[in-house]
Amino acid sequence: MTASVMPAALSRQPVLGVLKKKYFATRLDAAVTVLFAAFIAWIVWSLVNWGVLDAVFGPNQGDVCREDLEGGACWSVVSTRWRIVLFGLYPFEEQWRSGIACIAMVVVAILSCIPWFWSARRLPVLWVVGFATFYVLMRGGFLGLAEVTEQNWGGLSLTIFIFAAVSLLGMPLAIIFALLRRSKLPWIARTMALVIDTIRSLPLLTIMFTFAIVMPFVLPDWAIGDKLYRVIVGYALFFACYQAEIIRGGMQALPNGQEEAAKALGLGYWHRIGYIILPQAFRNALPPTINQFVITFKETSLVTIIGFFDVMASGRAASGTAEWNFAVVEMYVFVALIFYVFVFSLSRYGAYLERRLGVGRR
Amino acid sequence: MTAILKDRRVRDSILQIAFVGSIVLVVVVFALTARVNLEAQGLTSGFGFLERSTGWRISFSLIEYSTSSPYWKAIVVGILNSLFLGAIALPLATLIGVAIGVMRTSGNGMAELVGTFYVETFRNIPLILQLLFWYTLLLSLPSAREATPILGGIAFTGRGIYIPGLNVTGESVFVAAVITMTAMALALRFRAKRWPDLDLKQAGRERRLLWGAAVVLAIVILWIGRIPETSLLSIPEQRGLNFREGIRISPELMACIIAIGVYGGAYIAEIIRAGFNAVPKGQGEAGHALGLTSWQIFSRIRLPLAIRIVMPTLINQYVWLFKATTIGIAISFTDFFMVASTAINQSGQTLELIAILMGGFLIINYTIAWVLNRVNDAIKLRGTQLRI
Repeated sequence: MTASVMPAALSRQPVLGVLKKKYFATRLDAAVTVLFAAFIAWIVWSLVNWGVLDAVFGPNQGDVCREDLEGGACWSVVSTRWRIVLFGLYPFEEQWRSGIACIAMVVVAILSCIPWFWSARRLPVLWVVGFATFYVLMRGGFLGLAEVTEQNWGGLSLTIFIFAAVSLLGMPLAIIFALLRRSKLPWIARTMALVIDTIRSLPLLTIMFTFAIVMPFVLPDWAIGDKLYRVIVGYALFFACYQAEIIRGGMQALPNGQEEAAKALGLGYWHRIGYIILPQAFRNALPPTINQFVITFKETSLVTIIGFFDVMASGRAASGTAEWNFAVVEMYVFVALIFYVFVFSLSRYGAYLERRLGVGRR
Repeated sequence: MTAILKDRRVRDSILQIAFVGSIVLVVVVFALTARVNLEAQGLTSGFGFLERSTGWRISFSLIEYSTSSPYWKAIVVGILNSLFLGAIALPLATLIGVAIGVMRTSGNGMAELVGTFYVETFRNIPLILQLLFWYTLLLSLPSAREATPILGGIAFTGRGIYIPGLNVTGESVFVAAVITMTAMALALRFRAKRWPDLDLKQAGRERRLLWGAAVVLAIVILWIGRIPETSLLSIPEQRGLNFREGIRISPELMACIIAIGVYGGAYIAEIIRAGFNAVPKGQGEAGHALGLTSWQIFSRIRLPLAIRIVMPTLINQYVWLFKATTIGIAISFTDFFMVASTAINQSGQTLELIAILMGGFLIINYTIAWVLNRVNDAIKLRGTQLRI
């Protein structure tokens, strides 16, 4: 649809030239531009009208909202009940702990985006320390901190807990799965391939459901554990199967010469894997890995269906009382914004990395 | 003894036996524990329960189902509902995806902006949240009494969307659809590329004849299959507090279709965009030099090439989207997963039903992947057709 405009002509009229080329190159382009501009203007206007101009802010304005016939948003529900969305049923006086724990985990996630941490020692240490801090703060039971068991965790902190636990458990599993699938021993490789392909073709929901409901039937009593941890193990297994395929893809993109050269130098299997293959495979697989983390974070919201009180479920609960039941959409928008902040920044970071590493361009 | 262990082949065999053996051991332990647990609870295992009648209702069913129907029929209803949802939502997602993907690569700044906005909005919010959002919106539509039908009989109400339909039996619709699709497949097979000595004009005539025959046959079958003593066309009418006649699309089904279509569309748009970006510029320029119009370049050169380039990625995406249909349980859409979990609650036959559920998904997903891989093999670029 673009007409060919000479670069020389462009450089003479930098702004107008680009404007003309990008927006009004042909008559059809001009029509499309005007149409979409009108569409965007309409959407933005309705959103501003609904979300800002006609909206009711400030806590405890439920009655004002109900009498307000303009049809604007009622953000009052958020400013009144945001604590439920973030912390769920966590005891009110202790919620500062939950808040600090969440911030700690977010800091860990941000730190692991810095290349200095990308080594086989620093990254696991960072995550284990971060996760332990999170767990200890949330659980309490020492130094005068009241103990709060997992049953009372909820909201955003539960979502972050599940995500962090799945990542921490799933990543090593994924590496093991990928190595087993690439094994030279045919039976090991084949069995692993069968397991990975089977789990990958099942919906995550059925896996979570199986681990939550069915596992108590088939596990011996001592191994049953808490429902939350069973679901985390199931999710980690699912994550590991997807991530294993991503790592394997990164390994396959390596030239054979790398491993052969390492062999020629007399390096053993673990040295070859640890120092030659895996670092390069991870570099190749970085963009899809980040994408996998994005998807994993989004899909933690599925635990709502299994009956956990994550950020999604607590959002529904916060607007589920008789007092606020008219403000469901506002609550959904708030929860969506929380997810959006996390997911959008992570996926932007992935896109930035892809450009920086130039992986997509080779 | 140590000498044997030093032999590489012996060591390898032991390793393999240990690995496979440990997996088998886990399965055996699971099976034995399950047996003990079931006996302790006095439950019988086996698939005999499939013949028992369910006693619970299913709100949406494509085939005849009542509370006295057996369990296997409920499961069939669930599978059909899942497939039905997939058959509508996946093409919708493709349509949206191609449209947005084209917008994002069109070169028009404003269209690219709208496309980017769409993708970044709908891809970054969890599917379940979007589903609940659409469901809430659909439920808050005006009640049937206040709704006014538009366009000669389409009514949007909080109890569902009513559209005009035909007063025919489900079986005849199915047969007619099969006939039309067979004709379509046959018509596609008669292509000049496969039979170089094909007389193009005659082939075109035969193709038209085939189409005509199929359409006539389909209409005849629908006519035969009409429900007696009703008019053939059924248009929704307001009667009292509700709408009668026509087809009611429940809010649950509609919300699932919209959510999966919109969410999947955002992902497919990104795939299609990557495909368009991978088509070499020279292809379009060559079309230009040959005097083709922009539309011809797009529809005959860039789109077909882009689709072929991204076909393997698309196949994975379709399988993934089909798995995502299980999310319908969040708003009680009676799909395969929902029926299975209700059946587990009601009958207590947990292990058997989980086996059926997983087996069903394995079969369906492998079938989708297999069929699409055959399509990919048939249309993919070979040899020198595209040099990138």
